[in-house]
Amino acid sequence: MILSIFGGYAIIKVNKNQRGVDVDFISYLIKGVSLGSVYAIIALGYTMVYGIAKMLNFAHGDVIMVGGFITFTAMSTWGLNPVLSVLLSVAFCTVLGVAIEKIAYKPLRKAAPLAVLITAIGVSYFLQNLALLVFKADSKSFTSVINIPTVSMFGGNLMITGETIVTILSCIVIMIALTIFIKKTKTGRAMIAVSEDQGAAQLMGVNVHRTISITFAIGSGLAAIAAVLLFSAYPSLSYTSGAMPGIKAFVAAVFGGIGSIPGALIGGIVLGIIEILSKAYISSQLSDAIVFGVLILVLIVKPTGILGKKIHEKV
Amino acid sequence: MNILKSMNKKTTSNFITFGIVIAAYAIMQGLIATESISSMLEGLLIPLCYYVILAVSLNLTVGILGELSLGHAGFMCIGAFTGAFFSKVTEVAITNDLLRFTLAIFVGAIFAALFGIIISLSVTRLSGDYLAIVTLAFGEIIKNIVNVLYIGVDGNGLHVSIKDVASLGLADNGNIIVQGARGITRTPQDSTFTIGIILVLVTLFIVLNLVNSRSGRAIMAVRDNRIAAESVGINIKKYRIMAFSISAALAGVAGVLYAHNISTLTALPKNFGYNMSIAILVFVVLGGIGKVRGSMIAAVILTLIPEYLRFLNTYRMLIYAVVLIVMMIINWDPKILEWRSRHSLKDLLTVFKKKPTKEAQ
Repeated sequence: MILSIFGGYAIIKVNKNQRGVDVDFISYLIKGVSLGSVYAIIALGYTMVYGIAKMLNFAHGDVIMVGGFITFTAMSTWGLNPVLSVLLSVAFCTVLGVAIEKIAYKPLRKAAPLAVLITAIGVSYFLQNLALLVFKADSKSFTSVINIPTVSMFGGNLMITGETIVTILSCIVIMIALTIFIKKTKTGRAMIAVSEDQGAAQLMGVNVHRTISITFAIGSGLAAIAAVLLFSAYPSLSYTSGAMPGIKAFVAAVFGGIGSIPGALIGGIVLGIIEILSKAYISSQLSDAIVFGVLILVLIVKPTGILGKKIHEKV
Repeated sequence: MNILKSMNKKTTSNFITFGIVIAAYAIMQGLIATESISSMLEGLLIPLCYYVILAVSLNLTVGILGELSLGHAGFMCIGAFTGAFFSKVTEVAITNDLLRFTLAIFVGAIFAALFGIIISLSVTRLSGDYLAIVTLAFGEIIKNIVNVLYIGVDGNGLHVSIKDVASLGLADNGNIIVQGARGITRTPQDSTFTIGIILVLVTLFIVLNLVNSRSGRAIMAVRDNRIAAESVGINIKKYRIMAFSISAALAGVAGVLYAHNISTLTALPKNFGYNMSIAILVFVVLGGIGKVRGSMIAAVILTLIPEYLRFLNTYRMLIYAVVLIVMMIINWDPKILEWRSRHSLKDLLTVFKKKPTKEAQ
């Protein structure tokens, strides 16, 4: 629906300009899909953890920030090559995710959801302030790890940067790999089992604690990849730069139906497109308000998100 | 003591709550009178009042209604801006500071309540985490819109724009009141500690009375079991709107108090963003969900801790975060709970009477 509104707007614009294709619009659309792909990758972390551990991991956004700083340090301070830096960052975030889960969340498995939420907020504050101590308050300029020349189309009217291409491709690869992993492997099926009924899964011999740890590991590893992609396109990196993408990705996860992996993809991309188009055509200051406004509208019409399952309440 | 005994338990508990506030006020006034108060604490007195109001009002939504709200700062923002706007517009017309401030409080409360009603009307089908996200989104929208809002007044009335000052088209004698990201400047400094304490008492009075009333019990029934409450004829929609709008109105009052305590009112992520909403939620959860007095005490302690940890400089927020995590684990880890139940002071005292069983806890 929203897409068609923007689509209609594009056609009007084309008629006005008397050109065959509105190149600007297409370039914004591609930029939106690219940003949306990053949101989708981050949203996967939220949605998987929510589906399996039934908790909102508020610290997920800050894991992105940590991932960004590790890659930055490895590349700019230690002079490692980009691929190695990214791998190091992924490894570090994976360990960090598992450690956070073991130390802060595992003791609260049976606690009230709000208590877990507050703990997650505590972890988020902790990571932010630790980063503030280690890397100081000034924002760093992230060097892009992607070294692919910009593709130029329509006689130079449409430019697609290497970052955009790599981001969209990585998102597709991650989505496919994750879907196969969850559907085909034993661990993946254990994840589905735990998300549907933790008690029953345990009775069937699934190691629930291990499954939850693996979920955190995957989510945090993906956050590191998302960090590299995000900061390559938007290079300003500081101790708070994980928070807003984190919240937006969370919104994307809810938008698509929290707990659903294709939902995270759809939610992320729709959100990215709305954000970029409203920045381009309406107002750059109001883009966040528009993104959140669309979210509220979607939830009013469809209370469990686009692909969310309807759970019937029982007395 | 005899009077206390003759009252029921709830009334006694309420009187203790009011007593703590009045005692705190008396002590602080004593310290101010003898000039033995530190300038830092003196500067914190009004913030403490609005943090307490925010925490107690959020507890109405989170603890009594049982819905997670992450947009409480949004209601505070509405109250702050509408209240400050009113004060600026009527600064010349109403010369009595107290009267103007009282009216500003009502304006802020009414507008915040209005938005509370709009939100709760639009989310009747939502609950749990989805509702939390809608409130979070609402808070961010409010903050965003206020940042691009320009309002001016001249002989022809109000001029509103979301572009810039020039597009307002004001007459020469016009007065710009809200200047986009620069917000409202030079709001009259009407907030005082005494007014703050009175507002805290009013908030407590409203919330405690609501909790112990028929409506309050209906709201709690909705929290405990929605379907069961509906089946005994409780109008869920009505009570949700009631709790939401009262909570929002009180947050608006806190916003008015906040706006009249600072000279320049701007909507930043720091004061009206989701971080603020979360900070208030932390007060509520650490004070005990549904416990009004707990929220009050937690708001005071958790506001003072970071201030008194200032000597630790950059480490203070790190320590605050660790305290938060550790407190949650101590309160909820089953192993620690078991250890605590075996080693608690109460058990040592009662060990001679009767060994407590697990069911008894």
